[in-house]
Amino acid sequence: MQSQTVANAIQAVPLNHYILLSAIIFSIGVMGVLLRRNAIVIFMSVELMLNSVNLLLTAFSVYRGDAAGQVFVFFIMALAAAEVAVGLAIIVMIYRNTNSIDINVLNRLKW
Amino acid sequence: MNTLIIISVLPIVLLYLGLYKAQKALLPVTIVGMLVALGAAVMQWNDNAQPIYHGMMLFNNFSIAFSVVSIISTILILMLSKGYFEKISSHIAEYYAIILFSLVGIVVMVSYHNLTMLFVGIEIMSVSLYILAGIRKNDFASNESALKYFLMGAFSTGFLLFGITLIYGASGSFDLDGIRDYVLSHSHNIDPIFYTGVLLIIVGLCFKVGAAPFHFWTPDVYEGAPSLITAYMSTVVKAAGFAAFLRLFSASFSSIAAFWSPVLMVITIITLFIGNITALYQQSFKRMLAFSSISHAGYLMFAIVALGAASANAVFVYATAYSIASIIAFGALVLVRQQTGSDNVDGFNGLARKNPFLAFVLTVSMLSLAGIPLTAGFIGKFYMFSGALLQYKYIMVIVAVVNAIISIFYYFRVIIAMYFRSAERSEVLIPAYYKFVLGFSALVTIAIGVYPALISSLI
Repeated sequence: MQSQTVANAIQAVPLNHYILLSAIIFSIGVMGVLLRRNAIVIFMSVELMLNSVNLLLTAFSVYRGDAAGQVFVFFIMALAAAEVAVGLAIIVMIYRNTNSIDINVLNRLKW
Repeated sequence: MNTLIIISVLPIVLLYLGLYKAQKALLPVTIVGMLVALGAAVMQWNDNAQPIYHGMMLFNNFSIAFSVVSIISTILILMLSKGYFEKISSHIAEYYAIILFSLVGIVVMVSYHNLTMLFVGIEIMSVSLYILAGIRKNDFASNESALKYFLMGAFSTGFLLFGITLIYGASGSFDLDGIRDYVLSHSHNIDPIFYTGVLLIIVGLCFKVGAAPFHFWTPDVYEGAPSLITAYMSTVVKAAGFAAFLRLFSASFSSIAAFWSPVLMVITIITLFIGNITALYQQSFKRMLAFSSISHAGYLMFAIVALGAASANAVFVYATAYSIASIIAFGALVLVRQQTGSDNVDGFNGLARKNPFLAFVLTVSMLSLAGIPLTAGFIGKFYMFSGALLQYKYIMVIVAVVNAIISIFYYFRVIIAMYFRSAERSEVLIPAYYKFVLGFSALVTIAIGVYPALISSLI
């Protein structure tokens, strides 16, 4: 019964609102990646993009009564965690060599 | 599917070998294990494949062919790496293990039957590659390459995922057949979010295969990563990316080709021009190969734009020809770089006089990349262009031929440097492993060029 009430609570908001909210969060993430210069902040913006996807998947999944979408969310969470582990290691490595995590120092190779 | 299991277990065995200091056994064990995986894949040929693991994977002839090419290319690159990784660090087992982990991702990418597995495969491959690109921990170029690759890779994954989500929202399924059935049964009232999803997936996958205008990370990442890792990224990874691309579009979206084909056509033409014209200006051989890999991504897109029954085969032949030729080019680059210490094209001056064998195989490779007849590259281009002509895409073929002519200019610059420029230099020592890989690859390139029926009707 608990799951039924959660599903009802999610369905109390129209599906279009979820799509709109996720699109807005996703766009904020994209703008963050394109405009910010700090590697950690860029990284957080990427996480924002992934989480907007998670939100939308859950909403679709509830509206269709199909568990596959929620299972996909677990895959995204697991792989995002793996990516964080590798990504933070790379950022730490850069910081040790340059004492900075500003991506403007990454200009030895020409763009 | 035993291939996938063997390639997954092998790196764990290698890590144990590294733990017990059995450095000498690493390469033989890797190669034997890969050959067993190769055999397991070939055994399933024409096996009338059905989706397995609850419809997650489909190991059909298409997957087997691309798995086999990926495994063979990886074996060749690993043989070139003998004595190469030792110079970078003392933890060699990890290199082999991470390369094999990314190969696991590639096998998943070419045999998925559900968008979940497409995502999982791409991520397994990419996360391993982020580590490999930055494996020279104290080298600034390698660091920069790893961070750029990581940020761009994660960014493009976001687009891919949003696209997958929108397609799920419209069709209610992650399964390739389920999506195809949705498209067929709703041919007049497809939800607009489905189209948005297709566009976002195109953006995500174009990032991964390095097609313009999403190519800008490629030259930097390819230049900064260690040469053999670059060889791996620009051959195996690119071929697998296109296999995944083609599988999705031919299995699920083929009936709405009128919608996405113009988009991909524009991307193809931009990719060809940007790749070829920028490659003309490069002084560094490695960076030139990076831009040439962008232009080859453009040629590979032809098969997807002109989607038809022969597309899978065209991508297969082209990817094989391109992978083998690139392996020769990168192998030669590693050898010359060890002697001269730079990636510059001038480093190849006068190579033919002292090293006739090396100069010859590199010439074969350059001719194949340029698409000169009697090499595998020509056969690849032939299948690509004839597929496009069958669908009356004349403008694309004309643009591609113009680009093929431009590309001859920069590929021949290397040949001219080797044969007609003189420079004081001593002989480059070529280890036996290199001789085998370079000779084998040149032989295959010519064999496919002279007798294309060897691989041209496999899929």
